[in-house]
Amino acid sequence: MYSEKVMEHFKNPHNLGEIKDADGIGKIGNPTCGDIMWCYIKVRKNEKGKEILKDIKVKTFGCVAAIATSSMITDLAMGRTLEEAKKLTKDNVKDALQGLPKIKVHCSNLAADALHKAIEDYENKKKKDNQKN
Amino acid sequence: MYEEIEKMKVYMDNAATTRVDDEVFEEMKPYFTEKYGNASSLHSFGQEAHEIMEISREKIAKLINAEPKEIIFTSGGSESDNMAIKGIMWKNKDKRDHIITSKIEHPAVLRTCEFLEKHGFDITYVGVDKNGLVNPKEIEDAITDKTNLVSIMHANNEIGTIQPIEEIGKICKEKKVIFHTDAVQTVGKVPIDVKRLDVDLLSASSHKLHGPKGVGFLYVRKGLQIDALIHGGGHESGKRSGTENIPGIVGFGKACEMAMDEMEKRNKKLIMLREKLINCVLEKIPKSYLNGDKEKRLLNNAHFRFDYIEGEALLLRLDMEGIAGSTGSACSTKSLKPSHVLMALGLSPVQSHGSLRLTLSKYNTEAEVDYVLEKLPKVIMDLRSISPLNDTNIDDFPDEDINHGAGEYE
Ligand code: FES
Repeated sequence: MYSEKVMEHFKNPHNLGEIKDADGIGKIGNPTCGDIMWCYIKVRKNEKGKEILKDIKVKTFGCVAAIATSSMITDLAMGRTLEEAKKLTKDNVKDALQGLPKIKVHCSNLAADALHKAIEDYENKKKKDNQKN
Repeated sequence: MYEEIEKMKVYMDNAATTRVDDEVFEEMKPYFTEKYGNASSLHSFGQEAHEIMEISREKIAKLINAEPKEIIFTSGGSESDNMAIKGIMWKNKDKRDHIITSKIEHPAVLRTCEFLEKHGFDITYVGVDKNGLVNPKEIEDAITDKTNLVSIMHANNEIGTIQPIEEIGKICKEKKVIFHTDAVQTVGKVPIDVKRLDVDLLSASSHKLHGPKGVGFLYVRKGLQIDALIHGGGHESGKRSGTENIPGIVGFGKACEMAMDEMEKRNKKLIMLREKLINCVLEKIPKSYLNGDKEKRLLNNAHFRFDYIEGEALLLRLDMEGIAGSTGSACSTKSLKPSHVLMALGLSPVQSHGSLRLTLSKYNTEAEVDYVLEKLPKVIMDLRSISPLNDTNIDDFPDEDINHGAGEYE
């Protein structure tokens, strides 16, 4: 039922785990079946002065598709600028995984949403810091 | 460094289906290519088929202490359940239109009841306690003068709980209500005596006891009137039309005969393996629990629950290690709803996510159990290491937040 790509990422997921001193954390729960994904990001400026995702890690409580999409989103977003990462959609994740069974498409929402939330969290923190300074 | 043990192929999903015994298969073979007659035909080919069918019927009847005439061949457990419930309700529909069943029945019973409900019948679903046991008193209280049928399974296919059907049978007899039991998981494993059990209707399936798929029976107590589900040429004394599946019936007969002969030996081994599996898993894996009753439990069933992980992922990780089991996790189903059995036990959806059913057969060995005990803890540790849930934050997740169906995500 799953594509080869999905199984590949499920068997050896990339960047699963936690970043202890993360710059941003996105926590999201899935109302469809009850699964949970947390995304941690580390942000740094590149040579051009643009903020990029230096590191991403994800923790997932969910099915095969949820684990594979978690892994894939980190691959897709790693090293990208925040602006680029914000534009990543669930369809990007799904396509990169060579598709998902229809009933599992909802799991791919989780990964993109958790990443966007983590970026949002980072940006909110930055705003607050700026206000303080 | 520990030595990596050699990969094995371990089938522990015997509640789903079992391997056909070689002896059973051998016995079936001639009925495909040599003795292929239709049991209704008058020529020698037909008579040969008819004869072996009746011999098989006798073997099968013997296993549950029924009379051969009381065994109606069907295509399997689901058909038997459908026939029992629809057939008996239809027969008496003008006088009594009430059914009592439980919340943890097999879908073949539950969906059939729902279907009848849509057609005007009245259904009562009794609950179970936290171990999955039906309380006979509750059934007694639910019986009215409109009650025609009580349908309670013998052993639950998921959690393996064995119901007090003897007591329920007595109550039904006293109140003159027909009693059906789905014994798909117990026939061939547990001694069954329909004469002693006060059962009027009993469903069984061949492929759960090392027989072929596509054949089962419905036991119908002598004298009980039941309408047919499948009409046609009037086979099976008019109760179930359709050319009989002779190779299947022969295989089923052999499987029943073997189950009877080997029951004691098989069961001794199964209990030993099951106890080892259950005790060692609970001991080796923190935050692991047994679902279902510890004592009143099918002798080949081990049903666990592990906190913080999801069952589909667990299942496929085990499959990568060569181990085949099953799960009641919402994510593993077509409906994305958790198992109705686990919900009836009062578990939360998040708890039911991490469920794993391992069911044994006579083919399993102690080496296989050891292999599972070696691999399972590692797989669980691995999945827990990538899970956001742990001891310190689990209470931050009220069920409503992560319940199924709480919103339309897609
Ligand atoms: S996470 Fe539940 S179906 Fe994918």
